[in-house]
Amino acid sequence: MSVPTANEDGRQTGPDVPAATATPKAKMSKRQKAKLSRGIQYAILVVIAILIVIFADWPKLIDSFGRIDIATGMFPDVITMALKNTVVYTFLGFALGLVIALFVALMRLSSVGVYRWLATIYIEFFRGLPALVVFLVLGFGLPVAFDNFNLPQLVIIMIALGLVSSAYMAETIRAGIQAVPKGQIEAARSLGMSSSRAMFTIVLPQAMRIILPPLTNELILLAKDSSLAYILGSSVDGRELAALGRAEIVNTANLTPFIVIALCYLIITVPLSYLSRVLERKYGSADSGVK
Amino acid sequence: MHAATKAPIIAIRNLQKSFGTNQVLTDINLDVDKGEVVCVIGPSGSGKSTMLRCINTLETPTGGSIVVDGMDMTDLDLDIDAARTRIGMVFQSFNLFAHLTVRENLTIAQTKVLGRSKAEANKVAEANLAKVGLSEKMEAKPGSLSGGQQQRVAIARALSMDPDVMLFDEPTSALDPETVGDVLQVMRNLAEAGMTMVVVTHEMEFARQVADRVVFMDGGVVVEAGPAKDVIGNPAEQRTKDFLSRVLHPGQLG
Repeated sequence: MSVPTANEDGRQTGPDVPAATATPKAKMSKRQKAKLSRGIQYAILVVIAILIVIFADWPKLIDSFGRIDIATGMFPDVITMALKNTVVYTFLGFALGLVIALFVALMRLSSVGVYRWLATIYIEFFRGLPALVVFLVLGFGLPVAFDNFNLPQLVIIMIALGLVSSAYMAETIRAGIQAVPKGQIEAARSLGMSSSRAMFTIVLPQAMRIILPPLTNELILLAKDSSLAYILGSSVDGRELAALGRAEIVNTANLTPFIVIALCYLIITVPLSYLSRVLERKYGSADSGVK
Repeated sequence: MHAATKAPIIAIRNLQKSFGTNQVLTDINLDVDKGEVVCVIGPSGSGKSTMLRCINTLETPTGGSIVVDGMDMTDLDLDIDAARTRIGMVFQSFNLFAHLTVRENLTIAQTKVLGRSKAEANKVAEANLAKVGLSEKMEAKPGSLSGGQQQRVAIARALSMDPDVMLFDEPTSALDPETVGDVLQVMRNLAEAGMTMVVVTHEMEFARQVADRVVFMDGGVVVEAGPAKDVIGNPAEQRTKDFLSRVLHPGQLG
């Protein structure tokens, strides 16, 4: 019995460990251990739930966060205006960001050194800057610096969100382009395509499949970043979710609007993360046909 | 090196290629006549693929000249994209466009580069796909084809541009053994139809049967060139003999 064998619980090995069935000190079997471990995990959950139920001040909580009358009072504006504005800001910012990102990514891959440097500086700059700072500079800094700088709020929000997201997306797109096998470009060039035609008809469509899931994630982040638009202060019509939520909290002296706003963000982001997972399943596996 | 009565369709003169300080090709001279099939053999790292890729300047030569069909490929003022449409290339790893169907693979360069109409491009594509025996795969995605089928589609794609010359870069090296035969048969048919071909290959049997001329390269130079029966059957140079004995009798290598 001195042959090194794994015990049934898979942990002890060595010459002096006898076979499991012969264990005198009744070590637990694998099955028993798993059972115990699961039992402990459930117990922890139950204890926490009980503690919350006991110690939470439910009437006060409901009064602060769950006032149905205040929640219903926010409709339909919270949907028809705030949610709509959040979606509009997000998509405008995303669209602009995507265009900038594509250019910056192509610059990063350019054979001209200056373009590569500029793109790198751009990416490092906007990736390192808090989105809040970008909003402040665009919303308050530039109008002070330049007298005639007077862009509509919507455009400022779009540019701010576009700048913030473009830096991340540029890196994603660059990585996607570089993930397309070099042989695809060589085949395209050998058929007489120019390098830019090869890029746009052969490389980018394939890169898109690779970068679609991470781009969807960026869209989610952007939906949340769009809440920073509230610091610009806006016309009543221009309020997105965060701005409306703050206004309602002030109006009602109650925190229920937070909950409503939070749910509205989830209405946007949960389907997007679902989409991201679907895209990942669809395209995430190694691209077929490329060897 | 080859007594040509007419101007060769490919004329390589003193070709040099180095990657940094690494000299890969030294003074390569090679003429290929119209309709000729030239097989380039040699150990890996001998520069044979680099030489082939210099012909359509996928690799930029560092010295010498390459004239294909009267076009000086090293001339910086040459419209290289137009020149490449006349030189078909088949790669070791097929390089079919993975996001496109077989039909689109065969037509995209025809329509976008040659400016052919969709209908015409489709006709050419169908004819060439039939030539490689894969007509039923017209709407398939490359990923659903076997390696041998992908390579035959890749040959059809190159042929769809109506090239004057076809370059093959180890076309069967990435294939499962049982699919090699189909690809070689397609190439054999092409040779018989009079296509000018330069084939970098390890298939000695193919070289022996199909090549008009075999070029043996080693260490970035052409060691020996001539009819297949001479270079493969009765090599003059020791390096050629060593290589061939390793390739033809791999068991003795141990």
